[in-house]
Amino acid sequence: MKIIKITGLIALLAVFIAFPLVFSDPAITIIAVFTMLFAVATTGWNIFSGYTGYIALGHAAYFGLGAYAMALMAQDWKIPAGYAPFFLLPLAGLVAAIFAVPFGWIALRTRRHTFVVITIAIFFIMQLMAYNLRGITNGSAGLTLPIPFDWSADFFNLPFYYVALALLLLALGVSWWVRNSKYGLGLLAIRDDEDRALGLGVKTGPSKLVAFVISAFFVGMVGALHAYFIGSLYPPFAFDALFDVAVALMAFLGGLGTLAGPILGALILVPTQQYFTLQFSENGYYLVIYGILFLVIILLLPEGILPTIRKRWIKWMAYRSQSGKIQVVAGTSGQEDALVAESSGKRDGVNL
Amino acid sequence: MAKLIIDAVITGILTGGVYALMSSGLTLIFGVMNIINIAQGALVILGAYLSFVLQQNFHIDLFLGLLITMPVMFMLGILIEWAFIRPLKLERTMLSILVTFAVALIIEGVLGIQFGTSFVQLHAWYADASFQIGGFYLAYIYVFGFVLSVILLGGLYVLLYRTKFGYSLRASMQNRTAAELIGIDVERVSAVTFGIGVALTAAGGMAFGATTAFNPGSHYDLISRLLVIIILGGLGSLRGALIASLVMLVIEDVTSVVWSPVWASTVFFMLLVVTLLVRPQGLFGQLEARKQ
Repeated sequence: MKIIKITGLIALLAVFIAFPLVFSDPAITIIAVFTMLFAVATTGWNIFSGYTGYIALGHAAYFGLGAYAMALMAQDWKIPAGYAPFFLLPLAGLVAAIFAVPFGWIALRTRRHTFVVITIAIFFIMQLMAYNLRGITNGSAGLTLPIPFDWSADFFNLPFYYVALALLLLALGVSWWVRNSKYGLGLLAIRDDEDRALGLGVKTGPSKLVAFVISAFFVGMVGALHAYFIGSLYPPFAFDALFDVAVALMAFLGGLGTLAGPILGALILVPTQQYFTLQFSENGYYLVIYGILFLVIILLLPEGILPTIRKRWIKWMAYRSQSGKIQVVAGTSGQEDALVAESSGKRDGVNL
Repeated sequence: MAKLIIDAVITGILTGGVYALMSSGLTLIFGVMNIINIAQGALVILGAYLSFVLQQNFHIDLFLGLLITMPVMFMLGILIEWAFIRPLKLERTMLSILVTFAVALIIEGVLGIQFGTSFVQLHAWYADASFQIGGFYLAYIYVFGFVLSVILLGGLYVLLYRTKFGYSLRASMQNRTAAELIGIDVERVSAVTFGIGVALTAAGGMAFGATTAFNPGSHYDLISRLLVIIILGGLGSLRGALIASLVMLVIEDVTSVVWSPVWASTVFFMLLVVTLLVRPQGLFGQLEARKQ
C-alpha cells in the first residue's frame, strides 16, 4: 500500500512538472501559474485555519505585505530582472510573518467569530495603509517591479510556474509535518475542543500563533511571487477582499484541514474562475456566477470533496466486507462511522 | 477650529444614528442566530438602489418609498434565511460567513449589471438643502435620517420588549435550546429576525444613499464599518451597537477635521484593535461563556 502511495505521488509530481512543457501555450501556462500560486496560498492558509478551525478571512493582508516587501526590496536594492528576485521570496515571506506576530496575537485573544471579524478589520487597516502611506507605497499610483524583458513570451511563464511548484512542495512538506507531529495534534485538539485541549496541557495560545505566522509566511511569499509575475502593484489588487474568501472557498471545496484538499480546491476553482473571467469579462456577471458557485459548493459539499469521498469509501468498504467474509473490518468501520456521526452531532449541539 | 469640531460632533451623532439602524439589524441577527451576516452591507446598498429606482422611475418620495422597500427587503431577508442559512447544519457560524459573503457578491454583481459602477446619490429637496441653527449649517437629510432612525429603533425597542414575539426573540437570544424546550419556534423567530434585520437596511440604505455617493462596490467599506461597530459594542448587544455607532462616527468625523480625511477610517479600525486589547469581549459584550 505504501509503495502504491509513493509511486502515485511521484507520478503526480511528474505530471505537475511536465504540464507546462506539454501544454506550452502561454494562455494555458498563465492559468497554470495562477493555479499554483493559489494552491500554495491555500495550503499555507490551511496550516492555520484548517488545523485549528479558526477561519481567518484577512490573509490578503499578508499577501499584500509580501507583495509590497518584494517591490520595495527590488526597488531599493536595485535588483535586476531575471532570476535574482526569486531569491527575495523568503525575505518577503519573512516580512509578512513578522507582521503576522502582533496581528495574530491581537486577533487570537478572542474566540472564533470575533476572530474572523478582527482578521477582516486588520486586512482593511493594511489596505488603507497602502493607500495612505504614500511615502512608502506610492499610494494609489502604485509601484512597479523589474520586468524580465529578455524572456520570450513562450518562456516567460515557466520560471514562475516552477518556482511556485517548489513553494507548493515546501508548503505541502510543512503541512504534512504539522499534521503528523505532536504539535499538529495539539492544533487539531484546539479545533475539536479548545478548553479541553488547554486542560490537557496543550499550550493553545502559542500553538495557534505559530500556525498563524507559518501560514502568513507562505501567503506572503505567494503575494511576492504574484507581484513579480504581474510586474506592478496597486493597493486594491495587493489587498484584495476576494483573495480572502477565494482561499477559504478553495480549502472548503477540497476539504478543510486535509493535506491535499486545498490543492484539489485550487486545481478545480482557479481554472474555473479564469474561464469565467474570460467568458464573462463584464464584472457584474463574473461576480454573480462566482457567488452562485460559492453557494452551491457550501450548501452541497459543506465538508469538502476529500472528506466526503473518504466517508463514502469507508461506508463502501463496510458494505463490501459485510456481504463478504471479513467481519472485523466491518466492525471497525462501523465504529468509525459512529464516531463521525457523534462528532458532527456534537458540533451541531455547540451551534445550537 | 472649535466650531469645526462641534460641527463634526453634530454630524457624527446624526450619521451615527443611521449607522445604529444598520448595525442593530446585524447584531440582532447575530444574537439570535449566532451567525454574522456579511451581506448586510450589500443589502444596505441594495436598499439605497431600490429607493433610487422608486424615485427615478415612479417619482415616489424617498421616505414614502420606505413603505414599499422595507416590506420587500423583509421578504428578501426571510427568503435568504430560508434558502441559504437554514440548510447549514455543520459549523454554522463559520459557513454562514462564507454563505452571506457569496450573497453579497451576487447582490454586488446584479447591481453592477443593472446600474453599472458609476457613483450615484439620492436627491430630494431635503437632501440638497440645509438650514442654519446657532451658526451651524445642517443639511435637512441628516436630521430627517436621524429622526427616522430614532423612530425605527424606538419601534424595534417596543417590538423587543413589549410584544410576545419580542419575548420569544429575547429568549432565543439568551438560550436557544431552552427557548425551544419551552415551546418557542426558534426557526420561525430566526427567520423573522433575519427579515427585520434586512428590512432595517432598507431604511438605513435610503439615509446612507441620500448623504453619501455609492456604487455597487461600496458594500465592502460599509460592512467592514458595521462589523467594527458590532464587535466594539459587543456581539449581540443592541445597546452596545447603538453607543458604538455614535462614538465611532463622532470620532471619525472629528479625526477628519483635526487630522485629515484620509486617516479617518484608519483611526476607526485602530480604535477597534486598541479596545479589544483591553476588552476582548467588546464594550458591552458578555464574556463568551459557551466555548466552541
